Amino acid sequence: MDLNILWFILLTVLFSGFFFLEGFDYGVGILLPFVAKEDNERRAIINTIGPVWDANEVWMILAGGAMFAAFPHMYATLFSGFYVALVIMLSGLIIRGVAFEFRSKRDDPAWRSRWDMAIFIGSLVPALLWGITVANLMRGVDIAADFNYYGGLLPLLNPYALFGGLVFVSLFIMHGASFLGIKLVGELKDRVKKLAGKIWVVSVVLTVAFLIWTYLATDILNNPGFDGLIPALLAAVALLAYGWFLRQGKEGLTFVSGGLVIILATVMVFTGLFPRLMISTLNSANTLTIYNASSSPYTLKIISIVAAIFLPIILVYQSWTYWIFRNRISTDSSDLHY
Amino acid sequence: MDPVILSRWQFAMTTIYHFFFVPVTLGLALFLALLETKYVISGEEIYKKMTKFWGKIFLINFAIGIVTGIVQEFHFGLNWSEYSRFMGDIFGAPLAIEGLMAFFLESTFIGVWIFGWDKLSKKAHLAAAWMVALGSSLSSFWILVANSFMQNPVGYVIRNGRAEMADFGALLGNPNVWYQFPHVLTSGVAVGGFIIMGFSAWHLLKNKPENNKFFKISFKWAASVALVGSILVGFIGHYQGQFLAVSQPMKVAAMEGHWHTEQPASFSVIGIIDEENHENPYEIKIPAALSFLLFDDFSSEFKGLVELEAEEVAKYGPGDYIPPVTLSYWSSRTMIGSGMLMILLAGLAVWWSWKDELEEKTLFLKIMLPSALLPTLAITAGWLIAETGRWPWIVHGLQKIEDGISPTITAGNVIFSMVTFLVLYTVLGFIGIKLMIKYGISDPSAAEGQGE
Repeated sequence: MDLNILWFILLTVLFSGFFFLEGFDYGVGILLPFVAKEDNERRAIINTIGPVWDANEVWMILAGGAMFAAFPHMYATLFSGFYVALVIMLSGLIIRGVAFEFRSKRDDPAWRSRWDMAIFIGSLVPALLWGITVANLMRGVDIAADFNYYGGLLPLLNPYALFGGLVFVSLFIMHGASFLGIKLVGELKDRVKKLAGKIWVVSVVLTVAFLIWTYLATDILNNPGFDGLIPALLAAVALLAYGWFLRQGKEGLTFVSGGLVIILATVMVFTGLFPRLMISTLNSANTLTIYNASSSPYTLKIISIVAAIFLPIILVYQSWTYWIFRNRISTDSSDLHY
Repeated sequence: MDPVILSRWQFAMTTIYHFFFVPVTLGLALFLALLETKYVISGEEIYKKMTKFWGKIFLINFAIGIVTGIVQEFHFGLNWSEYSRFMGDIFGAPLAIEGLMAFFLESTFIGVWIFGWDKLSKKAHLAAAWMVALGSSLSSFWILVANSFMQNPVGYVIRNGRAEMADFGALLGNPNVWYQFPHVLTSGVAVGGFIIMGFSAWHLLKNKPENNKFFKISFKWAASVALVGSILVGFIGHYQGQFLAVSQPMKVAAMEGHWHTEQPASFSVIGIIDEENHENPYEIKIPAALSFLLFDDFSSEFKGLVELEAEEVAKYGPGDYIPPVTLSYWSSRTMIGSGMLMILLAGLAVWWSWKDELEEKTLFLKIMLPSALLPTLAITAGWLIAETGRWPWIVHGLQKIEDGISPTITAGNVIFSMVTFLVLYTVLGFIGIKLMIKYGISDPSAAEGQGE
């Protein structure tokens, strides 16, 4: 196995980590206005992700940085080509990030509801736009011979990609709901779980439809050599397991199933793409692959060594924080920091 | 409108803005870790109270620093995709390593620090504080490794139509890093000190007996930190200038308004720059002083902008190679002037706080209120010199700014993003600073209230 493949796998790992961890953060943010009635309930919900959201977001930052270091052409093509979408996404992340810190800094209900809205929008918009982005990666975009995508925003908003955006949003809400299921207590938790049942039904319908559409419109599930069919089927099983465990009242297993859906779906996308990074719909010669878009062997070696040392350390201390903050959050306000 | 010019403005604005908050994070993270260490060692509650009190300002600042930093991570791809393609093999690695070594550390342990007061032992919580400080310092190190390559490219070969990394050790050993990193780190230390002094001065002027001890200790600590930071940042800056006189003479000539080669070179203390005619019609000069400052003797030659430009033209072909001189010249005077004032003020602050005479020095305390922003002014001026002094290069000698732009973006795209960021940043800055002031002037002896 060469280092180009290793970095493709690492990119898969980073995006899986990002969608798994920020997936429930986004989901919690989107659920915030729908499940909480009073201020202390909203605070409880925000505080479930309070200690961890920032480190979770670093998975996205690192995915971007790793892309820059290992596949600079992908970094260049993707972010310059998807310019407007990325700017909107960054705006969402900006207001969400400060909202966590700012919202409980004043006692004024109008102030707090404004920041709650910021958390909602700042969670919904990135979730939707990542879905649209990933769907466009699966479908391919008009990449020219100079590796640039000149199409602008509108072609990215095609029906398939928009549908992909909806799938992401629904899966993240579902994932966020099961996260709240293991973090909250009492009546608030019951309300979330009721909602989780409904969003699960929506997710199943959307996901099945999206998989069929993916089979018809892309080669992700029947890419010669490698295809994403097996992880797609496993993701479907995990999705069914989510509904089953939710029904059984097994909160931990529900959360694990939802997480598996997201990880397996990410794996599906990357296996279906392999060894491509960004598909050109104009000419297959313009497609970015892990070879023509990559850094030099020397650079890949350097960053491989650094990643081999630090990724395990990161996993250890980040997991440790989930252990420290494993307790459930009640609406008793002495528990709350944000 | 030209997307290149718009993109330059956007990058400048977002980076400068981001860097209002970064040094505060650097400095305050260290300051808080020191305070908490004192608390853990001595067991005195007042230091815990101080850590928590100043921690609130730190966290508000930290939040803005983080969210504006996300933009920077993607900014090279957004507006400078040709740069990313040409330089990604070298530039991407330190960014990825920054994520691996620094961002995770900072972001994970900030959560532990905020939420872990009652969940961890004192020592474990203290360790979290140090991890945050370490993370933010490491982050500045790696981003400066990347930036130093743009200023002084080393350890590369041009191959496959791009710059490729040939020697990672050379990238780390880039002398530019080892001037710039300590310069940035110590400037952060000074910023932290001056901000704490500013707020403490406000409270000492209020003169509430039950709070005086709290703010006198805070002031004393901050003064000591600020003095160390201010002196070091000045000394390192001096040697950095000597290094730049050799590695980037054009930058130094621009910051000194030095148009024509002189031997020995005189130092322009203050003057009026005429960029059109390449001269300074009015100025006060000290003979041979520039030679002394840059080369430690009174006889060395220092080339002027005009001669340096002729050399660049001979080397790289026709073009405009002179950076914006007026901006560099006044930025340099702002930076050095503020730096000297910082040493003076921090010196007085240390003197009077050790003699315990602060409360009597009301005029001095009043001066310390706006002086909280003095280091930020100096830092901003410094970055203006560093980055505009690279003109016309995005990477010195390798790629010009206009060649780094994303070919896919239109002027309309950049106007959209620039307005978006401008509006968001203005609103956030306004709210953030208001909140910092609210907490900075709040009464620490009052009951701990609504949230943290």
